Amino acid sequence: MSAIDVPSNGVTPDFRILPVGDTAISVEFGDSISRETNQKVLDLAAGIEAAGISGIVETAATFRSLLVMRDPTQISFEALARAISAIPRKTTLRGTAARTWRIPVCYDRAVAEDIEEVAARVGVSSDEFASIHASVAHHVYMLGFLPGQPYLGDLPERISLPRRLAPRAKVAAGSVGIAMRMTCVFPRESPCGLNVVGRTPAPLSARALDGAPSLAPGDGVRFRPITLGEFERLAGEASAGASILELEAPAPSVQAT
Amino acid sequence: MTPALRVLNPGPHSSLQDLGRPGYQRMGVARGGALDGLGARAANALVGNRAGTGVVECILAGFAFALEAEGARVAFFGGRAPVRVRSSTRRDIGPAEVGRTMKLSRGDVVEVGTISSSSTLYMAVEGGFRVAPRLGSVSTDLRGGFGGFEGRLIKAGDLLPLALDDVPDAETMVLQGVDLAVPGKLRVVEGPQAGHFSIVERDRFFSSTYALASSSNRMAAKLVGPVLAHAGGFNIVSDGMVPGSIQVPGDGSPIVLRSESQTTGGYPKIGVVISADLPALGRAPVGAALSFERVSMAQAEAAAREFAALARSLPDRVVPARERDVAALLSTANLISGVVDASA
Repeated sequence: MSAIDVPSNGVTPDFRILPVGDTAISVEFGDSISRETNQKVLDLAAGIEAAGISGIVETAATFRSLLVMRDPTQISFEALARAISAIPRKTTLRGTAARTWRIPVCYDRAVAEDIEEVAARVGVSSDEFASIHASVAHHVYMLGFLPGQPYLGDLPERISLPRRLAPRAKVAAGSVGIAMRMTCVFPRESPCGLNVVGRTPAPLSARALDGAPSLAPGDGVRFRPITLGEFERLAGEASAGASILELEAPAPSVQAT
Repeated sequence: MTPALRVLNPGPHSSLQDLGRPGYQRMGVARGGALDGLGARAANALVGNRAGTGVVECILAGFAFALEAEGARVAFFGGRAPVRVRSSTRRDIGPAEVGRTMKLSRGDVVEVGTISSSSTLYMAVEGGFRVAPRLGSVSTDLRGGFGGFEGRLIKAGDLLPLALDDVPDAETMVLQGVDLAVPGKLRVVEGPQAGHFSIVERDRFFSSTYALASSSNRMAAKLVGPVLAHAGGFNIVSDGMVPGSIQVPGDGSPIVLRSESQTTGGYPKIGVVISADLPALGRAPVGAALSFERVSMAQAEAAAREFAALARSLPDRVVPARERDVAALLSTANLISGVVDASA
């Protein structure tokens, strides 16, 4: 079974449709991570939803591809590939649809195992690192691996560094890790190869599982630095059921260039 | 008092499962559900439940419980395992065995031993368990720690609440013509990253026999056998995964994702086990010899339709035990694998 190249304008192939067994297809836009590519993925997801193709079970956006799950007894690979290729491609004006979440993060070394080492390696103080990390408008590329676990980008080049050589067997729930140009928030205690630079008291996983509004691909995220004392206070509120996550007031729309 | 099963011995790995929670992969939530969806459906069919009712999934060995309800009809389906019932009322409830309904009374104790011929065994109870669905399912998501009974494996002392406090007496039923053997060959559609392996390496994969490693679990079946070389690097940009995906990490040993698959992954996937063979992948025990057969998408889709037809036919395959018992007597086969001990 070979991939199907689909030209977007009759000349240049824009995405490839790859078979993922008989229960899914992967619509792949290139092989690198960029906001532009991720936006194409999200636009196609919206287009598929609007088209209401029967036999599609769900779609799941990842960095550069859209996984489209299907019931193979309802729609064949060929029919689904054709239907997806026929979906009108429109480009969202970036900034118009996305929500921005504000997530409190404590960058104190008491809960951020690697912050001092990371700051030293990129040549800033821990406080400077925190203020740079918190000043970035992060974009939710995808959720995956564990329920409610977001992959966020893009970290400024000057504070980025590779994964840890030796992954940790365990980091605490809420750990904020960085590697390359990505930031990840671990909703549960889990093994981790990233550099842990902070911890949030926000229960990302619980919100997703309770069906409450929560982070979705395409959303924006800003981190709000908090003190260790505030972290402990908010963690207490979170365990009593508070959501901790805040939505920012919608930003004025920005035209894509 | 709430009708319940009191867990006396949970066995090595028992959890509540159903057919999973599709629709939430975009949030990083695995579809999950029974490792062997056919076994779970069959157990439910025996007691007259709809296919998606929650069941207890036991891996490697069964579990033991006491009934704390007026009456309950239960059935086990899956691998072979000794079933022992200690009747509190000294009633004769007939032979206790996998694949045969049993009507239990308050205080009856059921003990199920080591599972052979397969790794999984399912227990359905008429009416199902009274647990709140999370995201539309009562499956236990062990990685996420939610769903099922308190988001975890069951343990001794748990009271698994039942939906019904009693059921009327009815004939003992068995299921005909459903084979839960572990086939040595699983069918695979190539892709999405088959191109990350040379033709030679792909042929090596499809002509080799692998053994299921002991580190396998509900998330993945790890394979021991010929390692596969990547044509380029072994890292790709993480993309979506489904149960059945065969990813090949840097060490070249293939890993086949099972029902509780992680939702994304960054290793090339040489192929995906077809949906009709996922129940067999789920029930394959540690040490099982597995090989993989390349099939076309059209063949995979035909197999999916056949599987759907088999699943739909299960309620029609449930027949009174006496019919089969007579046939068994005539053929002198010994079908009684369990013991009823009414002396307790």
